[in-house]
Amino acid sequence: MSATIRPTWVHATILGTFCAGFGVMLAATDIATKEPIKDRALEDKMNSLAQVIPKTIHDNNPVIDAVTLKNEEGKDVVVYRAMKAGSVTGLAYEMDASGGYGGPIKLMLGITPDGKLLGVSVIAHKETPGLGDKIDPAKTDWISRFTGLSLGNPPVDKWKVKKDGGQFDQFSGATITPRAVVGGIRHGLEFFAANSSAMMEKK
Amino acid sequence: MSAKYGQIIKDGLWENNGVLCMLLGMCPTMAMTGTATNGFGMGLATAVVMAASNLMVAMFRNWVTHEVRIPVYILIVAANVTFVDLVMNAWMHELYKVLGLFIPLIVSNCLPLARLEAFAAKEPVLPSFLDGLFMGIGFTLALTAIGAVREIIGQGTLFADAALLLGPSFHFLESRVMPADWGILVLILPPGGFLIAGLMVVAKRLIDLASGKEIKMAGAHSV
Repeated sequence: MSATIRPTWVHATILGTFCAGFGVMLAATDIATKEPIKDRALEDKMNSLAQVIPKTIHDNNPVIDAVTLKNEEGKDVVVYRAMKAGSVTGLAYEMDASGGYGGPIKLMLGITPDGKLLGVSVIAHKETPGLGDKIDPAKTDWISRFTGLSLGNPPVDKWKVKKDGGQFDQFSGATITPRAVVGGIRHGLEFFAANSSAMMEKK
Repeated sequence: MSAKYGQIIKDGLWENNGVLCMLLGMCPTMAMTGTATNGFGMGLATAVVMAASNLMVAMFRNWVTHEVRIPVYILIVAANVTFVDLVMNAWMHELYKVLGLFIPLIVSNCLPLARLEAFAAKEPVLPSFLDGLFMGIGFTLALTAIGAVREIIGQGTLFADAALLLGPSFHFLESRVMPADWGILVLILPPGGFLIAGLMVVAKRLIDLASGKEIKMAGAHSV
């Protein structure tokens, strides 16, 4: 707050120095944390795979025996394959459920070779805490209701929340989130129906 | 000197409380007080960033010119937030999965910036650190209180999911105050945040009036 008026370059130098200093600090932090963060993400992936593919049905590492397919939008989908004695016993892949309240909801789907859901888990979401985040298995068991269902059970036109004439309960205060999740799972099952042979065969 | 530290602590916790007196930091206050646990988590993360930012600004206060101080302060807050975000993601991953949602929101909070400008820019390092810390704790208390009221009336529970944030030994905190089908939805939704925060401000003023204190107005620039 001094009364003297300093030339502009003084302010510019001060601001520039601070930017450079904190830039270096953040770059160093980024380098130091990159590997650990990657490891954590991989651990999370293994954990979410374990939630949708029971350990008893495979003797391989599904992350290694994965195949990459393209979905109808041309985006790569990594399909993790659980195998026992060389034959496929289960499949798992990530699916983005669009239309969530806070952007897409990342789901992990586990499916048996005949198209039944082994389980669904939510990997990442930005839904409202206390409302939409009830899809999170850590908070409620809402998501477990999909286990055992398939594209014909219930019929395709019933793969909706009750409010839209389907058969799945929304939860109080949030319709948008369950609607997005139900849609995402249906979408994932359709992806399986369209690609099941490719998922089974390719080695 | 110790009287001054006492005043800093009292100001932060009650007399000049960031939410209940200065009405700053309303964005996270509205967004994160749907439950007491969320309010507590948001407050905790903010307190860490505020203490660190106040400390840094006080350290550099003689080098930053008046004209560029605001960008420098924002830079310091943003750098601290990013630092905390990355470090927690790498080495405190379990906590990050719960708190990670809150951390980027701290940048949008103008309470840290107000304390940098009103306090840390003029005061030595130790008082500034204490001011940041106790303003942060006061913020935590206010958010937890608002969250508790919204949660009890809105969905009938108190400290739901506290064990996810604090660890399994805190399961005892999670309680159901009202019957299971209880719930006044509007209090969970954004309007509830405004309603309860407003009523809390009124309550604080009534308490201050009853104890014969003057009501502080627009306290952001008083030290």
